[in-house]
Amino acid sequence: MMNKLILEVSGLTMDFGGIRALDRLDLDVRSKEIVALIGPNGAGKTTFFNCLTGIYLPSNGDIRLVSPQTGKESRLNGLKPNKITEKGVARTFQNIRLFSQMTVLENVMIGRHCRTSSLILGAIFRGRKTRKEEQETIDKSYEILEKVGLAEQANEFASNLSYGAQRRLEIGRALATEPFLLLLDEPAAGMNPQETADLVSLILQIRDEDHAILLIEHDMKLVMTLSDRIFVMDYGEKIAQGTPAEIRVNRAVIKAYLGEDVESDNA
Amino acid sequence: MITVKEVKKSLLVSLWFVFLTFPLMVIKVNPYERTVSWRWSNMLYVAIGTFVISLLAKAWFVRKERRMARQQDSCRSRTPIIQKILQRPGYRYPLAAFLLGAALAFPQLFSTYQANIMTTALMYIVLGLGLNIVVGVAGLLDLGYVAFYAVGAYSYALLNLHFGMGFWTVLPIGGLLAALFGVLLGFPVLRLRGDYLAIVTLGFGEIIRLILENWNAFSKGPSGISNISRPGFFGMEMSLDQAMIYMYYLMIGLLLVTIFVVNRLQDSRLGRAWLALREDEIACQAMGIDKTRTKLIAFSLGAFWAGLIGVIFAAKTTFVNPASFTFMESAIILSIVVLGGMGSIVGVILGALILVLLPEYLRALSEYRMLAFGAILVAMMIFKPEGLIAGVRRVYCYQGRKRNTALKNDE
Repeated sequence: MMNKLILEVSGLTMDFGGIRALDRLDLDVRSKEIVALIGPNGAGKTTFFNCLTGIYLPSNGDIRLVSPQTGKESRLNGLKPNKITEKGVARTFQNIRLFSQMTVLENVMIGRHCRTSSLILGAIFRGRKTRKEEQETIDKSYEILEKVGLAEQANEFASNLSYGAQRRLEIGRALATEPFLLLLDEPAAGMNPQETADLVSLILQIRDEDHAILLIEHDMKLVMTLSDRIFVMDYGEKIAQGTPAEIRVNRAVIKAYLGEDVESDNA
Repeated sequence: MITVKEVKKSLLVSLWFVFLTFPLMVIKVNPYERTVSWRWSNMLYVAIGTFVISLLAKAWFVRKERRMARQQDSCRSRTPIIQKILQRPGYRYPLAAFLLGAALAFPQLFSTYQANIMTTALMYIVLGLGLNIVVGVAGLLDLGYVAFYAVGAYSYALLNLHFGMGFWTVLPIGGLLAALFGVLLGFPVLRLRGDYLAIVTLGFGEIIRLILENWNAFSKGPSGISNISRPGFFGMEMSLDQAMIYMYYLMIGLLLVTIFVVNRLQDSRLGRAWLALREDEIACQAMGIDKTRTKLIAFSLGAFWAGLIGVIFAAKTTFVNPASFTFMESAIILSIVVLGGMGSIVGVILGALILVLLPEYLRALSEYRMLAFGAILVAMMIFKPEGLIAGVRRVYCYQGRKRNTALKNDE
């Protein structure tokens, strides 16, 4: 059965001056799917994420998002990052970007920001609506912390967490924005095998809760076990796409990672 | 606990200081008699003094490191003593009641002169709390804060002069006008951070002052505006003394409101967004926080309090001129926030009391005021960069998955 299309990127191009970081990239993500984006260093994977989340304004191309709940379609190019998050796309960062001087719980509560609305007057008078909203924020944030296994450390500073825990907190914070598409930028980087195993089960659990996941990752074992489909990039271009089994034997991919096979060229 | 190595290092430090201060402390040229006197004893004092201070500093760092190693650095162990006391309701309320009682009794116990000084201190506390929203909580370094203070003061002075409007009418108007200027300043600096933001806000502060100084037709220039009416109290006639004491109680009231509001703001959705903005702008936006709106709210709220205090300042002194709104004012208010502790209400109150009351009571040493000012700030940055009393993060408790069981521990 084909799942519903939720993200369709077509002809996405990003130029930085004379450098073309992304070259007419096409990609699609369907609901409840784990899609991996791989490629050698400098291939443009993180640039792609930055275009998707509105941090960069793409030079050309189209990013279309379809909400699986409402079926509403929207174009993401040119939207501000916070608007894109509101539409249901959340991300984590390659180099962890937690709010380190805030507690773990508060980090997750920040994620609830775009789903709540109280402002100055609400904060000062703390009426019934604001109190209810705050309580919901705390409750839901705690539930997320329990899911990512950090409820014990809820009141620690985020900077005091171990590396793996910080990565999990970033995922939790992204989940708090109630996304239907989650972008993970190298979630397993620097993790030990045990932490990676925990991460795999966490990602699968998130997928089963109706989130589609697009992830950048260098850990091939993780990519091959998790992903439903893989896109491979090199020098800003898509060089291959397909299931893990197809990618494993794809000549272009092997070439990009290992270089040209001199023997076979001569033959 | 002090090793030979450290003593050696301290010796080097003292030698270096002797070298640095040599021309200033040792050589004294008398241009009339064309003689040079060598004050070698000063050299000895400098050497001994810096040696001892440097050793003490080393010992202090050693102790601090040991303490850090002993306790695993968790959220609670970093809490300063005063914050710990404030966190316990058993101490918190009696302490607050005592302080309030002392504040209310103050003008009765001491002279009007003392009450007047205290009123000034209270004004700086509120200014500090206002700037604390911008600098301490939202992390936007604003060196032109005094501009909003000036906007408030001049809006009362001018509205009173031209339209005869009373204090109570202008108080909200002054605040709102300042908030409007906050937004005006906010728009162009939205993209700036850190040093660049500081420079632009510094320029903004100077622009406002220079306009007030040079636009004679509008603000009467450097001669200022005098005879501003004092605040009324249901049309009662008051003597000068009574007016001063009335002013004092008015400030106490405003301070209580400010503390209440700022406390609630910090501990809210908006306050958390400000903190996040201070930490990481990009992550903040990626989490769905509207950077523009959050920053502008911080600027305008901070400016609002400066505007209110500006109106009160004009009413208190009954005279305003641009000389009251120099960069020095901004620097003092900023020092209050930095000295007290960024984002900490108790810290800002303490910082304001120290920085305003000490120079008042140590008038004899006023020549050394700026020197001491600098020295204190440098020492603070070395020994307690988080301020005298650091802010604490709220601790939330949650039991199980049951709804509405989350207990709260307020700050």
